[in-house]
Amino acid sequence: MPVVIPLLLSAFMFSCGVYGVLARRNGVMLLIAVELMITAGNVNLITFSQLLADQIGNIVALFIIAVTAAEVGIGIAIVMMLYRQRSTVAVDDLQLMKW
Amino acid sequence: MELQATAVTGIREMAWLIPLLPLSAFFLIVFFGKKTPGKGADIGILATGSAFVLGLLCFFDAISKGGIVEKSLTWISFGSLELELGIRVDSLAAMMFVVVCLVSLLMQVYSLGYMKGDVRYTWYFAAVNLFTGSMLNLVIANNTVQLLVGWELVGVCSYLLIGHWFEEKENSDAAIKAFITTRAGDLGFVIGVIVLFIGAHTFNIGELQEHVAAGEVSSTVVTVGALLLFSGAVGKSAQFPLHVWLPDAMAGPTPVSALIHAATMVTAGVYMVARIFGVFSSSELTMNVIAIVASITMLLAAVLAVVQRDIKKVLAYSTVSQLGYMMAGLAVGAATAGVFHLWTHAFFKALLFLGAGSVIHAVHSNDMFEMGGLRRFMPITYATFIIGSLALAGVPPLAGFWSKDEIVAASFQTGNTFVFIAALITAFLTAFYMARACALTFFGRNRRLPVAGGATDDGGHAHGVPHESPPSMTWPLIILGVLSVVGGLVGTPVRNVFADWFHFEHAHHGEFVGWIALLSIVIAFVGIALGFRLYTSAVYGFGVLEPLEKLGPLYRAAVNRFYIDDFYMKVIIRPVQYQISRFVYRFLDQKLIDGVVNAAASGTVLTGRVTKAVDEGGVDGVVNGAGWITDKLSFVLRKLQTGNVQGYAAGLFLGLVILAAALYF
Amino acid sequence: MLLRQAAFWIFAGLTAIASLFVVTTRNVVHSALGLAAALVGAAAIFILFGAEFIGLAQILIYVGAVVVLFLFGIMLTSGTGGRTVVDNDRRWLAALVSIGVFVVLAAGMITAYGRQRLEFKVAFPIRELGTELFTNWILPFEAVSILLLAALVGAIVLARRD
Repeated sequence: MPVVIPLLLSAFMFSCGVYGVLARRNGVMLLIAVELMITAGNVNLITFSQLLADQIGNIVALFIIAVTAAEVGIGIAIVMMLYRQRSTVAVDDLQLMKW
Repeated sequence: MELQATAVTGIREMAWLIPLLPLSAFFLIVFFGKKTPGKGADIGILATGSAFVLGLLCFFDAISKGGIVEKSLTWISFGSLELELGIRVDSLAAMMFVVVCLVSLLMQVYSLGYMKGDVRYTWYFAAVNLFTGSMLNLVIANNTVQLLVGWELVGVCSYLLIGHWFEEKENSDAAIKAFITTRAGDLGFVIGVIVLFIGAHTFNIGELQEHVAAGEVSSTVVTVGALLLFSGAVGKSAQFPLHVWLPDAMAGPTPVSALIHAATMVTAGVYMVARIFGVFSSSELTMNVIAIVASITMLLAAVLAVVQRDIKKVLAYSTVSQLGYMMAGLAVGAATAGVFHLWTHAFFKALLFLGAGSVIHAVHSNDMFEMGGLRRFMPITYATFIIGSLALAGVPPLAGFWSKDEIVAASFQTGNTFVFIAALITAFLTAFYMARACALTFFGRNRRLPVAGGATDDGGHAHGVPHESPPSMTWPLIILGVLSVVGGLVGTPVRNVFADWFHFEHAHHGEFVGWIALLSIVIAFVGIALGFRLYTSAVYGFGVLEPLEKLGPLYRAAVNRFYIDDFYMKVIIRPVQYQISRFVYRFLDQKLIDGVVNAAASGTVLTGRVTKAVDEGGVDGVVNGAGWITDKLSFVLRKLQTGNVQGYAAGLFLGLVILAAALYF
Repeated sequence: MLLRQAAFWIFAGLTAIASLFVVTTRNVVHSALGLAAALVGAAAIFILFGAEFIGLAQILIYVGAVVVLFLFGIMLTSGTGGRTVVDNDRRWLAALVSIGVFVVLAAGMITAYGRQRLEFKVAFPIRELGTELFTNWILPFEAVSILLLAALVGAIVLARRD
């Protein structure tokens, strides 16, 4: 099969993630969209790993999974703190840096 | 003796130290004088003493080896014009070292007693040392510019020292008179230096004389230059018609008179003529002029000395007269004789002045009519004063006789009859007025004390019996007395060592003429006898004090100095003071110069205003404008800061897209 | 071979639809579950591409832990519940940008790799992966461990009540 197909899939997933990051109000949904983007990256890596028959892709993908898990943990902790302080998870309301 | 200005090495190479020592002493005394135990006097005496020792060594070196030691360094040079700073040590200069340093040293020792408790004791010693250093610089100079520097400086020091007690207007007036009168002569001197430079293209004294001797300089230039230089000597050495300042200069402390107005500064004119003798001697016109001026001077001054009441004024006029003698000696070509008389005169005149100071110190008055009989109270002063008087009158074998006789003989031999006659008459008058002075001062009975001879009780020694001065004052008298006796023996006809030491261009040594010497001695004795005889009745208490009053109008004219000073005052001083000065002040100073200054100020103010406008309008405008733009722009741009992170992220990705698109396509 | 291709297409389609669903649904929980589906699809694709360990790890870690974490987060921050507006005002700009991103990426990929074909041949046995990991990549491995520790501590610090 042309290698472009999995790559396009990864691109599509990434674009969906971008839309989610830019358009969602809920903080958790924002993090979900970020997850999507990262997984898209993983798909890309594995595809190339298979194409180029090199293990590196796998190993890096593994590291990415580990790091992402850590990042999500922190992210959720932040959202929870935010919710505690302001009783809202809408990121729109975080406008302290507004002029 | 050879005349080579080359590699004669030795002590004379260090001669530059000689003026430097008193000059450094001046600075040291000014800054540290009050803190030393001797209040500055110790520094001065030490410096002058060391200079004297060094000068003595140089003198012995000069007379034994001969030749000239000349060293110089270039001080400033503008293109072809070069000013040097140098020393030229021949026997003449070395002799002057000895004279200047010795008299200065003795006079400073004398001043320890005389000036004790004076209000400006330390500054006095500073000024004396500045004078000594300047005079030595004048002596040692190897070029006319450096000589001029010393010349001017000694004039300034004379002013400072004459006006030492400037609280009395009379004293400061005398100082100003001295300064202005010599200044008039100095103007001629400066022009003379320049004229000779234009003619010979050099300031160096040796080169000047060489160029003139080689005939490279036009005789007109030489004559004009020499006459102008001589005008400086007329001022400095108090020759007629610029003699008027010297009698008034007696307002200064007596040791100052002894140093400056007997032995050193006034001899600077004579020295200068002797130093550059090659230039003077090659212009017959100049020599004749000098001879006439000198003769008039010696006669006039001697006549004026006869009628003085103030003992210092007698000595002052005597100095003018003797300076005339020295100049006359140089004028007839007997340069060695003139210099020899400078040498002897320095000793006995300084002695006479210091003796007079001793008398004044004891009696607290300068007026001889208030003295009398002091030989009983002040034996040392009396003895040394008599020795000095005899030397001045020309009694052999004392110093003055040999030098005077040489000049008289030379004037006869060279056929200068006018000078010869003038010299003889002056010799008579000299003997006369000195005898008069001695009689009035030391003989007879004391006119201050009551007839009974007892002391009045006004408290203190101010009005008590006069007594001898302290050793610090009498020792210099004794030393100078000895020198007055033996100082002339170096120039006796038997063995004229003095003449051997010097060599002058176109000079001729006066030979000993027996009958002239005899004539001089006879004249001297006649003068002394007449003087004593006339004043005996006065001093022993019978008859009038001043028999010469019988001469009536002549006497009165002499007392008024033949109205010369009045003439100067009416014709020169007053017009300048009132008319010219006022005009200069009103027009030149107030209108012109102040106008320029005010214009400069207005210009500055205008510039200031313009600058302000530029600064406020332009520069401030730009700066403020930048601020205003930033303000307005930021008001608009801040709207970008929404605080919304998603908005920023949107921008980020949008930028990514655009960038990537741009890169790809 | 054909089976693999068919399998790939099915799972790819699943993942794509799931991703779209994730970012367009109004319900947060639905969004999280959609994410789980997308991740499972991705895992399947990994396994298809011979990266079995990675695929399994994906399911274990992502779907097993991360999604659960998300659900916990949703639970604790749902507040009053009910229907809230989940999308903000800049939807259209976001759509534009994401389409732009996709276009750029696709264009890049096609121009670079348009001609190449992928064969499902290579396998990545876990033994070799392990060896590679623990020899050449030992330093990043340890670093990631520390990172996880830091994240753990950080999360606890951030989220505690005091």
